[in-house]
Amino acid sequence: MLSMESNITIFEKLYALWLREFKVFLRERSRLVASTFTPLLWLFVIGIGFGSVATLPTGSTIGYQKFIFPGIICMSIIFTSVFFGSYVIWDRKFDFLKSVMVAPVGRGTIFVGKALGGMTSSLIQSAILLLIGVLIGITYSPLGVIEVIAIVLLLSFTLTSLGLAIGSYMQSLEGFQLIVSFVVFPLFFLSGALFPLDKLPPWLMVITSIDPATYAVDAMRTVVLDIGSKPFAFDMVIVLVYAISLGAIGAYSFGRMKAV
Amino acid sequence: MIKIRNLTKKYESLAVVDNINLEIEKGEIFGLLGPNGAGKTTVIHMLATLLKPTSGTAIVNGYDIITEPGKVRSSIGIVFQAPSSDDMLTGYENLKIHAFLYSVPSYEREKRIQSVLELVGLADRQNDEVKKYSGGMRRRLEIARGLLHKPKVMFLDEPTLGLDPSSREMMWEYIQKLVKEEDMTFILTTHYMEEADHLCNRIGIIDQGKIIALDTPANLKKIIGGDIVKIKPKSYPNLENLKKLIYIRKIELINGEIIMYVDNARTNMPDILLHLEAEYVEFRSPDLNDVFLKLASKNLKESVEGGFMERYAQYGK
Repeated sequence: MLSMESNITIFEKLYALWLREFKVFLRERSRLVASTFTPLLWLFVIGIGFGSVATLPTGSTIGYQKFIFPGIICMSIIFTSVFFGSYVIWDRKFDFLKSVMVAPVGRGTIFVGKALGGMTSSLIQSAILLLIGVLIGITYSPLGVIEVIAIVLLLSFTLTSLGLAIGSYMQSLEGFQLIVSFVVFPLFFLSGALFPLDKLPPWLMVITSIDPATYAVDAMRTVVLDIGSKPFAFDMVIVLVYAISLGAIGAYSFGRMKAV
Repeated sequence: MIKIRNLTKKYESLAVVDNINLEIEKGEIFGLLGPNGAGKTTVIHMLATLLKPTSGTAIVNGYDIITEPGKVRSSIGIVFQAPSSDDMLTGYENLKIHAFLYSVPSYEREKRIQSVLELVGLADRQNDEVKKYSGGMRRRLEIARGLLHKPKVMFLDEPTLGLDPSSREMMWEYIQKLVKEEDMTFILTTHYMEEADHLCNRIGIIDQGKIIALDTPANLKKIIGGDIVKIKPKSYPNLENLKKLIYIRKIELINGEIIMYVDNARTNMPDILLHLEAEYVEFRSPDLNDVFLKLASKNLKESVEGGFMERYAQYGK
């Protein structure tokens, strides 16, 4: 599908599709406020509340609040990205999708354009959280910032693809929300965002190891706090594999989506 | 410009579009007419490559809708039944996005956007978000969007549904202007008979997925045979005398009113009135409603309830 169009026009079409998502994002301020508020609640209420009782592995000088900070960024990406799939259903409801599908644009291009929009939302939210991190005493190196951006983009592409794939099969928003709540909470809780994974019983550790967010959280922890359990490159390769697989599934799902 | 060959769409065993064959010439305004659920929109969706036919195909602007859907899409414009612009964006932004999607060359992009906005009279509102537009303005924006890439063929699915009479007439003017100035071909669906009559060179009446009549509006109206005269007689009439009159083609007695199909009712009316005493008289030229009701009456017998036909009879009256 992508190969049907020349490279220049593909980029123009992607730009157009992205631009539309970005402008809608900018105009829907409530979306940004609501999706920034929840992570802050976790960071300041759970972070401080559980911080008063939680004991991290001995030798660690990092408080609980700082410990969950990378996890909370990932949490915001998980929720924003997967729920972004609901906009496919909105687009279909308001017939916008039909107007794009009747244009000479490949389905793969439509999928990537939409995913770029979801990635942008996640990136902006993560940037806000990273700035708030400074308030709780987090510091970043210039290379660290670039690495964090890479993690955000990779994880958000992975999970936006998942959300869009689900959205492409669903007819109603209610159905989508129901299905997605079965997806996002396990993704979040099993990712190690809130607790270290190395003390878990083996069966639970196995489950956490199939969650792509686990590797993003670990990579983020390596970059921001220097306490990751696996090498940064290893984590990134695993997330990349997930990104490619779910991206392919998303593009395929868009390809078989009915236009009317 | 468009050649439709045995086009069929079935859902389960129900044929929504049933083996349609049709040719539409360049520069025509062709109307697909029929009640809701007749299959009009399904035909448009198949021609626009949004829906795969169960069997048959069509050639649109020289391209096969099944084997060359990408080329078909580049050469057509379409206005859907429900406005499909993003109402969070401005009119201008909607057009800009579609200019990119249709690969309108960059040196022409701004010029084209402004010229279509001028054409539909939205230039001064282009920077307002679409959610602030009225229904008529949204429709006009859709038309503007459909025209951006200078399509050879334009599909309009119920272009005036839900518009007030003055917006509707404005829409008709745009369409006629475009045919004259841009040499475009229009295929529109409607269930407003007077719209089809006013606008279309040729009409295909579609009912239950089949084309049941295909001709110019004038010729279709000849099917009725004469003007329609309605007379309420003062006393029970002797129809035998009237039946002898050569210019009366058909005569019926319905609910105490005499319904006649008369050649040239204006000049023959005084003569008719010599044969009976009337309480009141009405006469009018046949319109496409009459044509449709007459043609569809065969099918009407099959549907005992006749619900849609009764609703249908109210349209445009």
